[in-house]
Amino acid sequence: MNALANIQNWLDERFGWDELMAFVRHKTVPTHRFSYFYFLGGMTLFLFGIQVATGILLLLYYRPTPDGAFESVQYIMTNVPFGWLIRSIHSWGANVMILTAIAHMFSVFFLKSYRKPRELTWLSGMILLFLVLGFGFSGYLLPWNMLSLFATKVGTDMAAQVPWIGHWILVFLRGGDDVTGATLTRFFGMHVAVLPGLATLFIGLHLVLVQRFGMSVPPGVEADWKAHPEKARELRFFPNFLLRELMAWYIALAVLGCLAAFKPWELGTKADLFASAPAGIRPEWYFMFMFQTLRFLPAKIGPFAGDLLGVLGFGAAAAVWTLLPFFDNDKRGRGKRWIAGVGVFALAYFVGMTVYAYLAG
Amino acid sequence: MQSKDESGRGWNLANGDRSRRTEIRSALVVWCLAFLFWAPRLAAQTKNSCLDCHSSLEGAMRVTAESLQGDIHAQKGITCTGCHGGDASSDDKSKSMSAAAEYRGRLDRKQIPELCAKCHSDAAYMRGSNPSLRTDQLSEYHASVHGQMLAKGDEKVAVCTDCHGVHDILPPDDPRSSVYPINVAATCGKCHANAEYMKAYNIPTDQLSLYNASVHHTELVEKGDLSAPTCSTCHGSHGAAPPGVKSVANVCSTCHMIQGQMYAAGPHKKAFETMGLGGCVTCHTNHKIEHPTDALIGTGAGAVCLNCHIEGDTGYGPANQMHQELTDLDAAIRRSNDILTRAEEAGVEVGEAQLELNEARDDMTKARVEIHTVTLSQIDPDIQAGMQVTQETWKAGQAALAEGSYRRKGLLFSVAAVLLVLIGLWLKIRDLEADDDSANTKEEKQ
Repeated sequence: MNALANIQNWLDERFGWDELMAFVRHKTVPTHRFSYFYFLGGMTLFLFGIQVATGILLLLYYRPTPDGAFESVQYIMTNVPFGWLIRSIHSWGANVMILTAIAHMFSVFFLKSYRKPRELTWLSGMILLFLVLGFGFSGYLLPWNMLSLFATKVGTDMAAQVPWIGHWILVFLRGGDDVTGATLTRFFGMHVAVLPGLATLFIGLHLVLVQRFGMSVPPGVEADWKAHPEKARELRFFPNFLLRELMAWYIALAVLGCLAAFKPWELGTKADLFASAPAGIRPEWYFMFMFQTLRFLPAKIGPFAGDLLGVLGFGAAAAVWTLLPFFDNDKRGRGKRWIAGVGVFALAYFVGMTVYAYLAG
Repeated sequence: MQSKDESGRGWNLANGDRSRRTEIRSALVVWCLAFLFWAPRLAAQTKNSCLDCHSSLEGAMRVTAESLQGDIHAQKGITCTGCHGGDASSDDKSKSMSAAAEYRGRLDRKQIPELCAKCHSDAAYMRGSNPSLRTDQLSEYHASVHGQMLAKGDEKVAVCTDCHGVHDILPPDDPRSSVYPINVAATCGKCHANAEYMKAYNIPTDQLSLYNASVHHTELVEKGDLSAPTCSTCHGSHGAAPPGVKSVANVCSTCHMIQGQMYAAGPHKKAFETMGLGGCVTCHTNHKIEHPTDALIGTGAGAVCLNCHIEGDTGYGPANQMHQELTDLDAAIRRSNDILTRAEEAGVEVGEAQLELNEARDDMTKARVEIHTVTLSQIDPDIQAGMQVTQETWKAGQAALAEGSYRRKGLLFSVAAVLLVLIGLWLKIRDLEADDDSANTKEEKQ
């Protein structure tokens, strides 16, 4: 105990440890019927931690070259002790993390937690969502199998649709005009250096902002508590909320373990740059709604290419969605009701198009 | 010198501009001469009195410009008169179909090969049209059964037009051509599958139906492999004749080269020739060649060895043993494949072992080719090598299944551990909140 007290004193003299602990002890989390959605942000952060840890372990064996990538992943799966587990957890974890990030985003949207003063929290969160999707896209190519090669080709082809700078973006992403070994090296660099650096920065900013402004209460609950203060409930962040969060994290860990053991991530067949695209090439599920929308669009809409309008449309929608707090600035503090309708449509569109794309094959 | 009239026009002929009048007269003369020179020629090129008449006839006599459109001869500028003679520029039958115009009319079947050969055997002439075409068709035809029988007076046999068509001849590499590889069997079958037509010749007429059930037909027609054999591949086209007993193996080994070499190195070649048996067809038949199975060899049901061998003779035992070795290796490959598939479905990566198993499949293929030597010592090494690989892959499959089982046990323990932690956390939360509630109650009472 003396040793612990000495360490605390040492830390307090240098970093204000006592003050930090006091803040943590006094931090509370509102408790209402929507409180379970508060776990989604922490879950995404936990899964990001899992990705970093498993990613570092994979880095010990992975070779980011066309001659070595597939073989190194095969080696990890077959020869490295528990390599199969680490690789599958990393691959499944990526998908689960993207799912929780999207769920977190929609929960913040519907609970209107982006309202003043939390606009920057929403902005930083949206940037983090795009970074997470970037992680998914860049990481998908790294096993260097046929599916990932052609999915990357299709995905980066979309970038070329952007007017004026489309070809430049395509060449920047691919490291050339085609998907080659240069693309693999570039995507690897983005996946293990550029994106983690940016993500760390924005996670830090996001967490600071969350701590600065506290947890948002949904407008309906807030109004109810104002009218009936005795109904307001709070939970201590430490240790009560954190223990609950730990339970959720352990459940997520168990789910990842089951997925890794029962449905290990497949190796596929090694990418062949000279082969034609295999039938049924499609992107990962989180891009399927865009892929399916572009398939629906006709080749020409008026004088414009259908794909171009589709890409621009999604870009515009993403921009509007990101700037949402500046559109929904209802002075009464409750937010505009019709925006919830737009959110329901967006969610239904995302889910519906994704399901349709899989059913339609 | 120009002068203007009252209307202000530039010049006026009536005022005697002689040079201008001379110019106009000269131009008119030149135009008339040109017309008189070119008109007959143009008329001669487009005029075809043969078509003018025959397009209005019915039945076999009907020939129209449309029907000739695809004909290769017509495309090269060879018209009716090229074969039938006559003068197509005249509508007067007495002129167009006269002996003076060398009119030949409907050709006698016996004359057709020589008529076609007038161009097709003339290398210098064909060089100007299609240098890559052969020019030995007539000499080949004379050597064929069809040619020999035609020379004896049998006009029922095939001549050029029976296979290539008459007025709608297409190049052989045109998929619509009657001699395009996919269509050759049906073309030959027009006569050879007609039992009534072939009655006098005393040869089978089931070749087409047998061929259509063969693996060669499947490859050619269904899978589109144009290198697969059809009638002309084995029998020849212009020099068509059944290959002789001694030639059968040579014919088959133009494609199945290795099998041919193995057969030539084995004891069957001399034995079959002595017995007057035709090489490959003795075991594989000729027209209805099916995909061979291991059941073809040995002493079991469907084995061809029993056609010659009986129990106790020198070939009976080895045939049995060869069959046994092939089926043992096949069974071992299937067993290894099954276990590796099960391991893969259980989530264990077995790509390397599956790749290794392909070596055993290669050994199997080699053994099935070397079986044509009908010599045990030839196939033994490949069988043994294949069995060795299957043993190793079987062990790899067992290890993979064990690994899969180990992973699931590990998962069970991990999930149990996680459940214990969850229970612990839940109990801790319950205790904490019970303490908080009692602390709040004490404060309220105070």
